[in-house]
Amino acid sequence: MAELLFWPVLLLYGEAAVGYFGEARSPGAAGRAATWGVRLGWLAQTALLGVQAAREDGFPWGTWAGSLNLFVWLVVGAYLIWGCRKPYRLLGLAVMPLAAVLLVVSRAGGGTGVGTRSHYSNLFLVLHVGLVLVAFAGFTLAAALSALYIWQERRLKRREATILRRPAPSLATLDRLAGRTVAFALPALTLGVAVGVARLVRNGERVDPLIVATFATWAVWAAYLVARARGFAGRRAAYLALAGFVLVIVVRLALPAAHFA
Amino acid sequence: MMRLVLVGTSHHHAPVELRERVSLDPDQASALAERLGEAVCLSTCNRTELYVVADDLEDAERRAVDALTELEPEVEQALYRLRDQAAALHLFRVAAGLDSLVPGEGEILGQVRAAHESGTPGQLLDRVFRQALHAGRKVRAQTAIGESPSSVSAAAAALAEQVFGDLAGRSVVLVGAGKISEQAARNLLSRGARIAFVANRTADRGGELAERFGAEAIPLERIGEELAKADVVVSSTSAPGFVLDAPTVERARRGRQLLFIDLAVPRDLDPAIHELDGCYLYDIDDLEAIVAETLAGRRSEAARAEALVAVEAEKYHEWQASLDVVPAIASLRARAEEIRESELRKAEGLLGRLDDGERRAVESITAQIVNKLLHLPTVRMKQAAVSADGVIYADAVRHLFGLGEEDER
Repeated sequence: MAELLFWPVLLLYGEAAVGYFGEARSPGAAGRAATWGVRLGWLAQTALLGVQAAREDGFPWGTWAGSLNLFVWLVVGAYLIWGCRKPYRLLGLAVMPLAAVLLVVSRAGGGTGVGTRSHYSNLFLVLHVGLVLVAFAGFTLAAALSALYIWQERRLKRREATILRRPAPSLATLDRLAGRTVAFALPALTLGVAVGVARLVRNGERVDPLIVATFATWAVWAAYLVARARGFAGRRAAYLALAGFVLVIVVRLALPAAHFA
Repeated sequence: MMRLVLVGTSHHHAPVELRERVSLDPDQASALAERLGEAVCLSTCNRTELYVVADDLEDAERRAVDALTELEPEVEQALYRLRDQAAALHLFRVAAGLDSLVPGEGEILGQVRAAHESGTPGQLLDRVFRQALHAGRKVRAQTAIGESPSSVSAAAAALAEQVFGDLAGRSVVLVGAGKISEQAARNLLSRGARIAFVANRTADRGGELAERFGAEAIPLERIGEELAKADVVVSSTSAPGFVLDAPTVERARRGRQLLFIDLAVPRDLDPAIHELDGCYLYDIDDLEAIVAETLAGRRSEAARAEALVAVEAEKYHEWQASLDVVPAIASLRARAEEIRESELRKAEGLLGRLDDGERRAVESITAQIVNKLLHLPTVRMKQAAVSADGVIYADAVRHLFGLGEEDER
């Protein structure tokens, strides 16, 4: 069942990614189709996660591939909060291709099936993995908003004649939303990391590269928030958010094998 | 049978010097409509049109032409005359902004509504205007034809929204007190911005404009000082050189994001301002390029709008055609009801023994039989009416059921 649900999710997310490319070229029907792709795909993925949860005796997303599956669901869910509104459709251009690719990676790692088991307790996994993934989904969304900011700012600087025919959210709105998203995500990461560190200390385990990279990610996003509080905003803040997102990708994709072993 | 006729002229057919001579204010338009009977007069800066409903089309058209040529005899050469479906379609296109100078402009919908309200419409004219207003609203809701700005000043305000989002509480500095900066200011004001300062070389004109906008009048030399409080700067002086240069802006703005709109020729603002981080400078050429692009977008949306208008015109056509068979349907139903009641009366002796509940059931059953028998003929007659066979069907029904014969006897 879970396997069967994977394909509609991928198909719909893929359709949304292609639709948003079409929207960027010519606003209208492609954007509307993409929006429906996101909505239906997210519902299908919700069903997929539901099946996983029902079949598993415990927290089903404790593996790195499983957590990637949950991460994609959180990212797309967060995107859905604003993404279906017309001016924010182009945000999908940053979010949906990434979601589709990460979903494929999750499947390759066995994260979309059932039958995987973790040796960690459910409460620990829910708190640690859940909070960290919520935070990373928030950072991903903030990075997408920042990418859209940079794109929109470049259009204004280039004085593109099409700027009012293909409207995007204003620079002020994008900047504000990115800041708010990080302000929500950073406390979640802080809590998630604290739970992980507490367990690490109690069990006398060693610090691995992923933990170090996660601390670095925390530091970059904390610096982002502190800088914003001191008036740091606009294009430079957007670039800092993108740098933070590179670390999120490293933590999610490059280093997790040893940590989840 | 009531028919619709339209006589009028517009920017497509008459130059402004001719149009202005047949242009009517709302009171005059209302009086003219009343004089023509069942009529509506739509008079805007781009058109004067008379919509008249009458049995005799030729007579109605002649009276409408006379009414317009009384205002200006020369206009006769520039008049167009449309009837029935063509007249309705024209009104739908007008209400949708498809016949406007700027496709999709929004003002016309309000003007059509006002004309409808001040006219003397009967059933047919009321229906055609209501459907035109519906078509106009639908086009604006389902296409992007009216979304983008169609003037330089509107484009400037829309650009400000691209930078700042909601303009409520954003401060604007006007540099120069000419007509063009006033227009831009009005557009910004209508979107919630606040005109904070008016800087002008002559204090009188600057003070007058500042008073009108509730702003503070300042001398040109003080612009730099006020930049730290501004979000948008609109400039349109006749100064021969730059009134603001990049170093001044960089020193004064204290890191604020700023949008500069330079509407002057020669330009007022140093182009190097655009190179500053967080500063965006648009001159008149940039804005005109944006307007040209948005107008092209409006034209491409016009094709979708035409399709929506065609659907509404078809609905109107169906409704109007059904009017041909409505009297026959009404007579048929009246006859059936008459027979039903008469037969119930004949059976009164038998029904007298029924209690109230049973009597109501008999009433209900007989009414349902009549309704079910007449449902299909009614639907078929309405369908036939749309395909121009309505009159034949109506005559056939009258003949077959002997409708109207008793009256003749």
